[in-house]
Amino acid sequence: MTGTPVTDAPAIAADRLVKIYKSGAAVAGVTFSLPQGSVTGLLGGNGAGKTTTIAMIMGLVMPTSGTIRVLGAEMPRQRYRVLHRMNFESPYVEMPLRLTVRQNLTVFSRLYGVEDIAGRIARLAEELDLVALLDRPTGKLSSGQKTRVALAKALLNRPEVLLLDEPTASLDPDTADWIRARLERYRATRGATILLASHNMGEVERLCDRVIIMKRGVIENDGTPAALLAHYGRSTLEEVFLDVARGRSEAREAAQ
Amino acid sequence: MSGSEWDLSARRIGAMVERYWYLLRSSWPRLLDLVYWPAVQMLMWGFLQTYVAQTDGFFARAGGTFLGAVLLWDILFRGQLGFSVSFLEEMWSRNLANLMMSPLRPVEFVIALMIMSLVRLAIGLVPVSLLAIAFFGFNLWGLGLALAAFFANLILTSWAVGIFVSGVLLRNGLGAENLAWTIMFLLLPLACVYYPVAVLPAPLQAVAWALPPTYVFEGMRALMIDHVFRADLMLWALGLNIVVFAVATVAFLALLKSARRQGSLLQTGE
Repeated sequence: MTGTPVTDAPAIAADRLVKIYKSGAAVAGVTFSLPQGSVTGLLGGNGAGKTTTIAMIMGLVMPTSGTIRVLGAEMPRQRYRVLHRMNFESPYVEMPLRLTVRQNLTVFSRLYGVEDIAGRIARLAEELDLVALLDRPTGKLSSGQKTRVALAKALLNRPEVLLLDEPTASLDPDTADWIRARLERYRATRGATILLASHNMGEVERLCDRVIIMKRGVIENDGTPAALLAHYGRSTLEEVFLDVARGRSEAREAAQ
Repeated sequence: MSGSEWDLSARRIGAMVERYWYLLRSSWPRLLDLVYWPAVQMLMWGFLQTYVAQTDGFFARAGGTFLGAVLLWDILFRGQLGFSVSFLEEMWSRNLANLMMSPLRPVEFVIALMIMSLVRLAIGLVPVSLLAIAFFGFNLWGLGLALAAFFANLILTSWAVGIFVSGVLLRNGLGAENLAWTIMFLLLPLACVYYPVAVLPAPLQAVAWALPPTYVFEGMRALMIDHVFRADLMLWALGLNIVVFAVATVAFLALLKSARRQGSLLQTGE
């Protein structure tokens, strides 16, 4: 695997990013830059443009205009320069259900060019408490177990850029907390850049050192959790999120 | 690791073949299904041929053309189905985004699907061809080198159609799934599987001669009825196949690009 390059270049840089579908603009001019090793939360209600933004970062969706660079490579044009250094996890994408956990992880290890596949799977299984599940069909697992397997897949290649789309959606609080602890540990040990789209404000407050709030395809606000709380005069990100989603922030700014 | 779209890796192709092999191995109904329909079709046409051969001198002379046509048609049809079903497995299991954001190149994906089409075809057709010997004394393998020429041309066409259908599925999602199951039947009357091209009206004969499989089925009849191997027909089929395969590949890459523009790689449902 390629090691993390020591450079000041941003891990992810979006410049005036626009995506227009037939139904309208999903992303309407987004600019941000994520330093290497940062953990950023991408917040916003349904239809805010989070998933489309992440899809453009992954190279799955082509921007209508603007540019997106990941580890210096323009996406999706130069995606094969960096895809082996990235990975992602989402509850809306599954792995083949009939294959066992070990088979799925083996196949993805080969796709990502992982060395010592058996050793890597064994270590991840240990870290993510999957040892007893390795030879069970993925489709027979509970949603919490599937999420852990999906996280194992996302960490197989020790990615420098990790994209997470609601990584703890539909999990019970205990499992969700457990997943967050593993992500914190990964960030600490690998120094990876993590972009996290979530509706769970507690999760964002715990994991992220920066929050980007999107609404109707544009960035509504961008800052540290503390700065956002101060800006909106709120004590939790949950309240900030509701202010933004319900337009109270605009009303407050208009009143001022 | 190089960053070109054309930087192909045997390891990644092998990973995809391994993935489909695991899937086949995990499900005996899937394995049975590969043999079931070819066997039923072969038995039905075999008995029909046995019946008409007893009543008509021509069919007595042309012994085996129906069975030969059935088995060659199955190479064409099952070859495409083997390709398309493996592709559909990714959509059914919602795994496509995982693959599309992995370092797997589209061409590697296509090569793995071609290999799986051969594997699935072998699982289905080898036992059925042996049944044809046992039940009707028809030995497809006895065609020797001619069989190799027939097979190569038919499998090339089936891959070209499979590649095109996969592009349409990428672009339009599972709403286009029926195309994977039915598109080949359009070739059944036009490629003259069971009858000579001369039977068709003149305008349709021109269409038939534009299709590579037509040359294979005409060649098969020439071999079985007149005992002549028509190399010229095989070369025409090969030439047309090269064109069809290139067009299908270009269409696939264009449809994949269009899917990236439309965001359909994320939403592969109906």
